[in-house]
Amino acid sequence: MAEQYRVLIGKPGLDGHDRGAKFIVRALRDAGFEVIYTGIRRTAEEIAAAAIQEDVAAVGLSSMSGAHLRLFPAVIEALNQAGAGDIPVLGGGIIPEEDVDILRQAGIQAIFTPGTPAATIIAAFTKACEEHHRRHR
Amino acid sequence: MNIQDLLGRLHAGDPRAIGRAISLVEEQSREGAALLAGLDRERIAAALLIGMTGPPGAGKSTLTGGLVRHLRDQGQRVGIVAVDPSSPLSGGAVLGDRIRMMDHALDREVVVRSMATRGRLGGLCAAAGAAARIMAASGCTTVLLETVGVGQSEMDIVRLADLTVMVLAPGFGDEIQAMKAGILEVADLIVVNKADQPGSGKLALDLAAVFARAEDRDLRLHRTVASEDQGIDTLLARIDALVQQYRKDGTLHRKREQAFTLETLDWAQALLRPKLAALAAAGLRNADPRLAAEEIIIQLQQEPQS
Repeated sequence: MAEQYRVLIGKPGLDGHDRGAKFIVRALRDAGFEVIYTGIRRTAEEIAAAAIQEDVAAVGLSSMSGAHLRLFPAVIEALNQAGAGDIPVLGGGIIPEEDVDILRQAGIQAIFTPGTPAATIIAAFTKACEEHHRRHR
Repeated sequence: MNIQDLLGRLHAGDPRAIGRAISLVEEQSREGAALLAGLDRERIAAALLIGMTGPPGAGKSTLTGGLVRHLRDQGQRVGIVAVDPSSPLSGGAVLGDRIRMMDHALDREVVVRSMATRGRLGGLCAAAGAAARIMAASGCTTVLLETVGVGQSEMDIVRLADLTVMVLAPGFGDEIQAMKAGILEVADLIVVNKADQPGSGKLALDLAAVFARAEDRDLRLHRTVASEDQGIDTLLARIDALVQQYRKDGTLHRKREQAFTLETLDWAQALLRPKLAALAAAGLRNADPRLAAEEIIIQLQQEPQS
């Protein structure tokens, strides 16, 4: 990539299963992204504050516990509250088909369910970063 | 982008403006240069820049997080620049130092920025010093600069910081011997972290031999268990004492003048590098790289100034 993209991968809530998040962190690194990882058990506000300090072009959230319907929109809300609603949020994890549209409507730009190829996820992050750089840099 | 507006917000401590400003400098943009010119010089001069270095896994980030806690107790606003390596293959990076500092994630008086080396080999990234100055201009009175996990000769930090803390831990074996002839000689303070682990006593003894004078040993060698918050308050007291001494005997002034010169040289090289790289790739007549390099320099001097 011509420009260097910075993204943040966060794990909101009490869910401690971060194999999926770490897989994405590594896949994005290998695709040339600079990836900030927050570690597990973060609040939506902590993730938003970190994304702002790190000036990332996109935020990725991972949830395996079923709390995504509350936690993913909470991160969007926290970003809005902090005046950073322009930073796109993507999400993935154990997410039932019927929740995908609800999350999309809540402002999550892309949702990745189990079995999504890494290349699809990388392409979505690339697109989100490209758009953010074009609009805000 | 309006640089004056960004500067105003940055000087008021707005996290978004600070983050954006560091990116502008890291991307080597023209706006970044304009921004650096407008930073509050008095705040920068008053702030203390402490380097944290050591091998991977010695506990740099945990100790840095501990220092932040104590500096916050003193009422200071604190900046942290944490550098991790870029992949030589993809150019990507995993920046994970923040995980050890999430205790402070919602504290607006703690400014954290993770940065990747982007090809630089000396333990820092090119924009690390500028990032620290941006944080200082935003009101941070102490900025902690954490290097990548280093080996023997990554001296960037010693040249840039007012004071450098070398963090070691038991279990690195013979590597310690090799380190004695390198960065260990020039670090201002040496910390044996994980001092509750087997082997830490012997490591401290080995390290005591680095200092010829007994009073230096007492002043400069220190033991901590960062994960248990042990020894961090006394480490901070030692740092303060050493800074006072450096102010009094002129060491601080001399270090900063040298840091300015060396960082200027670094930036000059960084700014020249793309042009040099293009010339190097553009087919040269000389068979030997040493001679081809001279040819490049001559070509560079003949180019019209932009």
